[in-house]
Amino acid sequence: MDARIPQGPLEQKWEHCLDSLQLISPNNKRNYRVLVVGTGLAGASAAATLAELGYQVESFTFHDSPRRAHSVAAQGGINAAKNYRGDGDSIHRLFYDTIKGGDFRSREANVYRLAQISNQIIDQCVAQGVPFAREYGGLLDNRSFGGALVSRTFYARGQTGQQLLLGAFGALNRQIHAGQVTLHTRSEMVDLVVVDGVARGIITRDLVSGEIRPHLGDAVVLASGGYSNVYYLSTNAASCNVTASFRGYKRGALFANPSFTQIHPTCIPMSHSGQSKLPLMSESLRNHGRIWVPKKGGDQRPPEQIPEQDRDYFLERKYPAYGNLSPRDISSRAVKEVCDEGRGVGEMGRSVYLDFGDAIERLGEKTIAEHYGNLFEMYHHITDENPYQTPMRIYPAAHYTMGGLWVDYHLMSNLPGLFVIGEANFSDHGANRLGASALMQGLADGYFILPQTIGDYLAGKGVVGSVGSVGSVGSEEDRVGVSEVLAQSHQRTERLMALKGDLSIRTLHQQLGSILWNYCGMSRTAAGLSEALQQLTELKQRFWTRGRVTGEAGEINQELERAGRVADFVDFSELMCRDALARKESCGGHFREEYQEQGEAVRDDQHFSHVSAWRYRGETEPPELEIEALRFDAIHAQRRSYQ
Amino acid sequence: MRFQLNIWRQRGPDQVGDLVSYRVEEIGADLSFLELIDHLNEQLISSGERPVAFEHDCREGICGACSLMINGVPHGPMGATTTCQLYMRNFEEGAEITVEPWRAGPFRVIQDLVVDRSPFDRILQAGGYVSVHTGEAPDANGLPVSKEVADRAFEAANCIGCGACVAACPNASAMLFVAAKVTHLALLPQGQPEREHRVVSMVEAMDAEGFGNCSNHYQCADACPKEIPIVLIARLNREFINAALLGRAFGEHSPHHVHQE
Ligand SMILES: Cc1cc2nc3c(=O)[nH]c(=O)nc-3n(C[C@H](O)[C@H](O)[C@H](O)COP(=O)(O)OP(=O)(O)OC[C@H]3O[C@@H](n4cnc5c(N)ncnc54)[C@H](O)[C@@H]3O)c2cc1C
Ligand code: FES
Repeated sequence: MDARIPQGPLEQKWEHCLDSLQLISPNNKRNYRVLVVGTGLAGASAAATLAELGYQVESFTFHDSPRRAHSVAAQGGINAAKNYRGDGDSIHRLFYDTIKGGDFRSREANVYRLAQISNQIIDQCVAQGVPFAREYGGLLDNRSFGGALVSRTFYARGQTGQQLLLGAFGALNRQIHAGQVTLHTRSEMVDLVVVDGVARGIITRDLVSGEIRPHLGDAVVLASGGYSNVYYLSTNAASCNVTASFRGYKRGALFANPSFTQIHPTCIPMSHSGQSKLPLMSESLRNHGRIWVPKKGGDQRPPEQIPEQDRDYFLERKYPAYGNLSPRDISSRAVKEVCDEGRGVGEMGRSVYLDFGDAIERLGEKTIAEHYGNLFEMYHHITDENPYQTPMRIYPAAHYTMGGLWVDYHLMSNLPGLFVIGEANFSDHGANRLGASALMQGLADGYFILPQTIGDYLAGKGVVGSVGSVGSVGSEEDRVGVSEVLAQSHQRTERLMALKGDLSIRTLHQQLGSILWNYCGMSRTAAGLSEALQQLTELKQRFWTRGRVTGEAGEINQELERAGRVADFVDFSELMCRDALARKESCGGHFREEYQEQGEAVRDDQHFSHVSAWRYRGETEPPELEIEALRFDAIHAQRRSYQ
Repeated sequence: MRFQLNIWRQRGPDQVGDLVSYRVEEIGADLSFLELIDHLNEQLISSGERPVAFEHDCREGICGACSLMINGVPHGPMGATTTCQLYMRNFEEGAEITVEPWRAGPFRVIQDLVVDRSPFDRILQAGGYVSVHTGEAPDANGLPVSKEVADRAFEAANCIGCGACVAACPNASAMLFVAAKVTHLALLPQGQPEREHRVVSMVEAMDAEGFGNCSNHYQCADACPKEIPIVLIARLNREFINAALLGRAFGEHSPHHVHQE
């Protein structure tokens, strides 16, 4: 595992890397074909930029349009070190906050590059016409997010992801129109084709006709998003899944830190059994909302009637420096703790108040509506309670996955030719992601990093006219490799279609979710994780003996789609639990109850200052753990404190 | 709660469809409309029947995937809402509810409640963007934009591409959809260089996809879950006429092929 981190001082590593990349002449670029799976922020920006550079791009999404990718739902904003506010921000500070926010479990070089590129992203998006919020003077407005003491977050009301995605979608559309990108909608990648250890292409299933077919290319880019839906209930869109990366893993790509998942503190609480998701209430709300519970458990008074002295603003009390804007992992645990103490509110006692009373009194309803109008509306729709009048009730829910396929500094996995970008890779957020930095990372990867580094790989191959190249036929090995994987994809579909038991796939997914939420969620123990592994074995058995898929394979079949994704989730969750078990420390979102001091996480830098990357070794062998040691030269890894 | 659902079932694009009635019981008032269909589908699966195909993803009103005609109204009776944000507490106990796909010529039904909305994407491909290569952009604060203009541009950019406007229109017109994108970019300084070209290309693409004309029924704006204002259609007409007056040649191919490489 060579992370290919460039030599030289931190500030110059990216420049050095760019200077040393092999280049392909503009006229030759069109001889290379790149397959990009996913059209979210990462995939759309990468596909568009690669096409602008002159590569032939094939873009895939299981959605009916690129614009529906889950990125569209991002609410709060995107970070950049512009320091337009003059409040002391800088590239170094964004870098530092992100490393610290990730609890010193990410690579310095990657995170520094991310902070450097952050400013270019804002420039690019504004030039595309993204209508960011502005101040009366006409300049861009900023707000604050968790884990930072500066205002560096750019936003478009509570719909930042939507506006950024429409920008990237526009760039992609321009290239589709120009004939540089071929778009395949309603096409789900069901496997990766690897020949002689090199990624050669993918297999897709057409979700309308059911046709299963191969696509070959000179490189494959996975931009397939995160896997929070492994918990069944999460803030993610219904179709988010792990299949593309998990298929990559089963074909030899290393999966890094699978247990690093983020549970977001401010989401709509669980309330009924038919609930299909737990919508996020953006972290940005904590700029103005204050989180509290009654001081005494069992206090049944409505919130308005509970006087100040009987309220516990527990985040402000425990973490005075950051208060309500403490990072997500820490805030979520604090919420869980007060609910475990019996001080939670709502029917089931599993929620806390997020109260805008003070802010509305100070600034007026109109100002608050300008900041968060759509979020307040959404809350009102869902709960039938008006948050302008009564505090919101919120509880943590699965939200983001820091884990993902392992990539080096060039964003290439250990399989040559397989690149991974956006939430699908493991790269920059360590054990906990700070708010507003996923959009930043997805766009840094897609617009600015991958389109440069991939050229070095393609040039190094030196094989214009190879298998995927435009107009070429490919070698005998390639044909054999492809037909093998293709046959396996057909077999797998047949196996899923043969499921004719008594349990719906949704029921099985719910069962999976509750195992993971209980044992591999906000708080984990060795005993719980071992129990989970046991239960997962039984669940897997149950899936393949009692699951049921209706309909036919040669038509739209949403149950078949669901079954394929849930089957991969079930296998994948075993890896998550193994990873959580192996990491005998608490860091970021990974809180092992055995390793704490007065309720605060205790890291073990001596033994665990590393990335855990797992290698698949077949159905019968346990996966093998490989380690990439992390070095901290620019900053000293201390104990994280937000007090 | 209990409901009687009459749902459009159609196996494939070339097959005939029909409304089929189903009873659902013990439905919580806090269930969303899509969760109601989830519930029905669980029922169908357990009796070995094919579940109802429908589109959805974010379930929070932003992706534009969900798209149902509920008792003849796109996204149901609430107004300014997507189907995924419609809750059963808004229906009466025992109500009979008819659920159909978008009905509009250019949006072909693929199965049950799923339609093909790719014509929208092709309209955007014709010009719904600012042509700027990655890395070419000047500093973001180099060009101030007044808050009022930015807010209005945002309002237009808020379109989620669900197609309710087309489904609501007796002529299946896509004018509101096109007007939203044209307005968003025409308001901002970044959109100026391609302003005339954009509107003409998009309107031509819209016509080529077979969308109808606007004859001022205003039902599109009533159906829009994001409340895109109807006045934008007047603006679209103005933009189009201005472009024509400025002599933009109609039917001309986009220049993008040329400046590639
Ligand atoms: C509710 C919510 C709010 C958020 N708010 C913020 C925020 O304010 N700021 C922030 O920085 N981050 C936020 N995030 C996180 C951020 O939105 C995501 O991490 C980011 O958008 C992921 O982008 P992506 O491009 O990697 O993947 P996605 O946007 O998830 O896109 C994945 C793409 O891959 C495709 N795909 C996946 N698998 C396959 C397959 N097998 N075959 C074919 N196609 C496939 C999908 O169709 C889709 O196009 C939020 C997340 C949520 C859930
Ligand atoms: S499911 Fe996304 S808007 Fe309704």
